[in-house]
Amino acid sequence: MRRFEEKAGQLYGMGLIAGFCHLYIGQEAVVTGIQAALEEGDQVITGYRDHAHMLACGMSANGVMAELTGREGGYSRGKGGSMHMFSRDKQFFGGHGIVGAQVSLGTGLALADQYKGNKKVCATYFGDGAANQGQVYESFNMAKLWNLPVIYVIENNQYAMGTAVKRASSEVELYKRGISFGIPGEQVDGMDVLAVKAAADKAVKHAREGNGPYILEMKTYRYRGHSMSDPAKYRTRDEVNEVREHRDPIDLVKKLIMDAEYASEDDLKEIEKRVKAVVNESAEFAKNSPEPDPSELYTDVLIEA
Amino acid sequence: MPIEVLMPALSPTMEEGTLAKWNVKVGDSVSSGDVIAEIETDKATMEVEAVEEGKIAKLLIEEGTEGVKVNAPIAILLEEGEDESALEGFAAGTAPAPQDSADTPSEAPAAASNSLSDAGSNFHSVSAGSDPEIPSGTSFTSTTVRDALRDAMAEEMRRDETVFVMGEEVAEYQGAYKVTRELLQEFGAKRVIDTPITEHGFAGVGVGAAFGGLRPIVEFMTFNFAMQAIDHIINSAAKTLYMSGGQMGCPIVFRGPNSAASRVGAQHSQDYSAWYANVPGLKVIAPYDAADAKGLLKAAIRDPNPVVFLEHELIYGESFDVPDLEDYVLPIGKAKIRREGKDVTITAHSRMVGFALKAAEKLAEDGIDAEVVDLRTLRPLDTETIVNSVKKTNRLVTAEEGWGRMGVGAEIAAVVTAEAFDYLDAPPARVHQEDVPLPYAANLEAMSLPGVEDIIAAVKKVCYVG
Repeated sequence: MRRFEEKAGQLYGMGLIAGFCHLYIGQEAVVTGIQAALEEGDQVITGYRDHAHMLACGMSANGVMAELTGREGGYSRGKGGSMHMFSRDKQFFGGHGIVGAQVSLGTGLALADQYKGNKKVCATYFGDGAANQGQVYESFNMAKLWNLPVIYVIENNQYAMGTAVKRASSEVELYKRGISFGIPGEQVDGMDVLAVKAAADKAVKHAREGNGPYILEMKTYRYRGHSMSDPAKYRTRDEVNEVREHRDPIDLVKKLIMDAEYASEDDLKEIEKRVKAVVNESAEFAKNSPEPDPSELYTDVLIEA
Repeated sequence: MPIEVLMPALSPTMEEGTLAKWNVKVGDSVSSGDVIAEIETDKATMEVEAVEEGKIAKLLIEEGTEGVKVNAPIAILLEEGEDESALEGFAAGTAPAPQDSADTPSEAPAAASNSLSDAGSNFHSVSAGSDPEIPSGTSFTSTTVRDALRDAMAEEMRRDETVFVMGEEVAEYQGAYKVTRELLQEFGAKRVIDTPITEHGFAGVGVGAAFGGLRPIVEFMTFNFAMQAIDHIINSAAKTLYMSGGQMGCPIVFRGPNSAASRVGAQHSQDYSAWYANVPGLKVIAPYDAADAKGLLKAAIRDPNPVVFLEHELIYGESFDVPDLEDYVLPIGKAKIRREGKDVTITAHSRMVGFALKAAEKLAEDGIDAEVVDLRTLRPLDTETIVNSVKKTNRLVTAEEGWGRMGVGAEIAAVVTAEAFDYLDAPPARVHQEDVPLPYAANLEAMSLPGVEDIIAAVKKVCYVG
């Protein structure tokens, strides 16, 4: 994920990726831990910082990167872009650019699960910024009213674009936001993938057994700006470096693996090499895939009945 | 192989910038994430982070240089294990230049904008088919529009387990306007869902359920309240199929009364026909009589696309003949000629169709033979029927209940002017609501809303009579 995002940032710098591009660097433990707790057929939906979620759902790096470059080989054949990719096959429902919209939509996916009685759950991700949208609370209300199988994962990376949580939220403990609806909530160290997985296991079990929604507030951090064009002047370099050096989610996993002697330094280097190869291949694919055919302009507006 | 570090674009619109400061010098080792330079654009100062690991071999651009083009090489890195000998024969700038995306997509927009006839647009109805034959000997039952809508939903819910209805007061209360009467008793609370008063939220829940494989019918108590939900109707329901390259169909119906009721004031009296009909990715239906209400609602529920179904409170209670056919489904996108005539074409939809028919009767007394085209579907619009009618009558009057500016009539006048200009004997005339919020006072409300007399006056104007 991190190598993919770094590569995406590089391609953006080269002008191959345009428009808005929101990188997930720093937050990787969240989606990794949550996805590890889901089973096949469970749905996933998120906002616009979505590249890593797609990779975690098993979508191909080639298809995601080629969508970022707006090419035919992209998941939306170049018509969606960074914020709008989907895979019915992998049960990934987007990729939504309107802050908070995915919360109502994810609640609806959970309604469909309950309606069909399929014992599936929907992981609905949103950020600390979206947590202040009205429709989030409309959705919380209905989700608990009808006990829908939905896990609300609040990725609290501390900044809604440039506004720190405490400057935008009267209650900064976001896991408490479900209290008045009767929805249990929990705050989790979102930089620790094992902590995330443990909390997710509990939340998923709760929802799958018909007990209704569950809120997980993931305390995490994004290293890069909100989008590529954000100079991130609202926080100090020291603040970022402090997290990078002491709380980095990938370094933590590395240390756990080394301490437990699950793998050697060389093994990890080998893995790193393979990851780089996949990412580099995706970049090549994304550069070489052709732009969509002009006829694509008019397709997919409506389904022919 | 040495790695070139290129001047990055730091915003969607950046073309060049100033290399304000180097944070590294030749010989420094860098790893990904290290800040190597600062760049100033007209908007901001940004830090440039290294993407690759390596040792700085050369800085190609001096600090303080202005106007450095995006993608120009600014430094060279040596990879692990390389020394300066790797630089021999390596000329900066020889790496393959990224494709200039600015000039590539020109063909497609040109093709679109050159087209007078709106080619490729899904706004025009293309071969929508015609109404099913009603076999001779078929009996008819006089039915209110309200019950016809109810029957349509009940029939489709019997036919397809995935169809369900949700909205405020649709279940236990039996519908704020009784359109969902007795559905709860037949289908139970799982399929007839009372929602809280939370339009934005339940519209989104409905769209999510449609993505999840169900066929929701979302009732708005009135479309005035759907303004809170319009983000989901447009951004989530209408656009997602396109943004997903065709993967994410959204079979959903948003329905409820639209337009003015009676003396309910400006916030409860708006006609949204033109708003929704403006949006690609939606189908928009606005029926007049009970048979169309039933046949088109059944079609809307079966349609794989999001459909906005605009009803009218003031005709819910009117009765019309509905054919006693087991499965009466009408084509979406097909207008209906309600009255044939040779002197003038009047287009109308929803409640205005009744006014247009009354106006036509009165005009007949004055010797003017009006043709009344009931649009029935606003998107896609059956322009073929409209244009053919005008080619016959040579005159056009459009009638709608909403505001005129940028309205349904404006669109029809533009289409007719473009496609039948030589057939017109007079400029088209538009009948619509006055350009003010709807007032409460009885006399002012009546003055604001269009009626039979307004249509008659407009017809006389285009016929140069009186």
